[in-house]
Amino acid sequence: MCLAIPARVLEVNGDEALIEVQGVRHAANLALLENVQVGDYVLLHAGFALHKWTAEEAREQEALLQEVFNSMEQTPQPDTAATKAK
Amino acid sequence: MMETRLQEIHELAARIGRPVRLMEVCGTQTMAIFRSGLRRLLPPAVQLLSGPGCPVCVTPDSYYDQVLALAALPDVTIATFGDLMRVPSRRGSLESARARGAQVQVVYSPLDALQLAVVHPDRRMVFLGIGFETTAPTTAWALAEAARHVPNFFVLCGHKTMPQALAALLHSGGARLDGLLCPGHVSVITGTRIYEFIPRDFGLPCVVTGFEPADLLAGIARLLRQIAEGRATVENEYQRCVTTAGNARAQALLAAVFEPCDADWRGLGRIPGSGLRIRNDYAERDAARWCPAVPEAAVEDLNGCRCGEVLRGASTPPQCPLFRHTCTPDTPRGACMVSSEGTCAAYYRYA
Ligand code: SF4
Repeated sequence: MCLAIPARVLEVNGDEALIEVQGVRHAANLALLENVQVGDYVLLHAGFALHKWTAEEAREQEALLQEVFNSMEQTPQPDTAATKAK
Repeated sequence: MMETRLQEIHELAARIGRPVRLMEVCGTQTMAIFRSGLRRLLPPAVQLLSGPGCPVCVTPDSYYDQVLALAALPDVTIATFGDLMRVPSRRGSLESARARGAQVQVVYSPLDALQLAVVHPDRRMVFLGIGFETTAPTTAWALAEAARHVPNFFVLCGHKTMPQALAALLHSGGARLDGLLCPGHVSVITGTRIYEFIPRDFGLPCVVTGFEPADLLAGIARLLRQIAEGRATVENEYQRCVTTAGNARAQALLAAVFEPCDADWRGLGRIPGSGLRIRNDYAERDAARWCPAVPEAAVEDLNGCRCGEVLRGASTPPQCPLFRHTCTPDTPRGACMVSSEGTCAAYYRYA
């Protein structure tokens, strides 16, 4: 699923970043976004950050996702782990 | 909050007083709607139809022919998103090709494919570029990067763009729609302005939404409100991700690496300007050079599969005689049953 789980940026090295999604760390590519900084929240798709969220938007998104998780039998995988072409 | 929305939806539907047909364009939305059980909570007069937004589903057989031709070349490794593995085609699937000895790697990102190319310099690594405006920029980046320093990375480009397909679908009129839920993640890249022709040329309301049940309900409510009030505009229910103009950097990269071309869609036929092809500057990276495209013949009902009709919103999966009988997620007879975003798979699992 194309679930958009906010990823928090932990480190930035040029176009490369270390991000954290629900406690799990991944590498991400920042080439498609401008001015990403440590502490920002980003929307990830196929390993790339595509959009920057404000902290408030990220919280709103997480709250909505929590509702989804609570209502589902199985926890969906974050988009970073999905094998989707969108 | 969900209850209030549902109540609003029921009130609006009553006020409209006739059945309405809304299309969710994106396959992920289709899945989310089924999975969350939203369909059962909606008034019977509000019918949801799935649109052409499942990339694996709309990719035509001619593309899979090319993929299998490439997979048969001795020094080629195919790198692909996992949901393409089991698509049945005239020549079998990638999965069956792999069982016969073809080299096929499942990846999560074009970045992984690029990395595989670096690690295996003796192989021609061919990444299968499938998907809409959300995924195409990631392929574009990998192509541009490879052009600088990874000589054995190639792309078989099957990327498509959404507006032309929606225009073709609306022109054909088969789906008789009253409004569209437009896909959030495509819009992250394109912005909402790509939908402006829909109210203008077709008089239909559009609402861009996300994928969470609350987003989808809000989107449906806003569509119904427009219908009830006799309005048709593009509204953005997904403001925390989507702007009017979209992601400029990704758009620039797309334009630098790809150019629009005519493209074949399963179910919708050839749609002018609806595909992306690799520009001449990057022609050396185009794996299509080694497997000339076969024209997409009239293969739509391969084995009696009705994916074409399903993708046009003209049939629902239960209307297909193969549905649940010979066609299941374990034994898919068509692309719409393979992809987890496919309408047939959604009906099978959740309807
Ligand atoms: S149920 Fe199977 S055979 Fe029928 S349209 Fe769907 S994918 Fe094709």
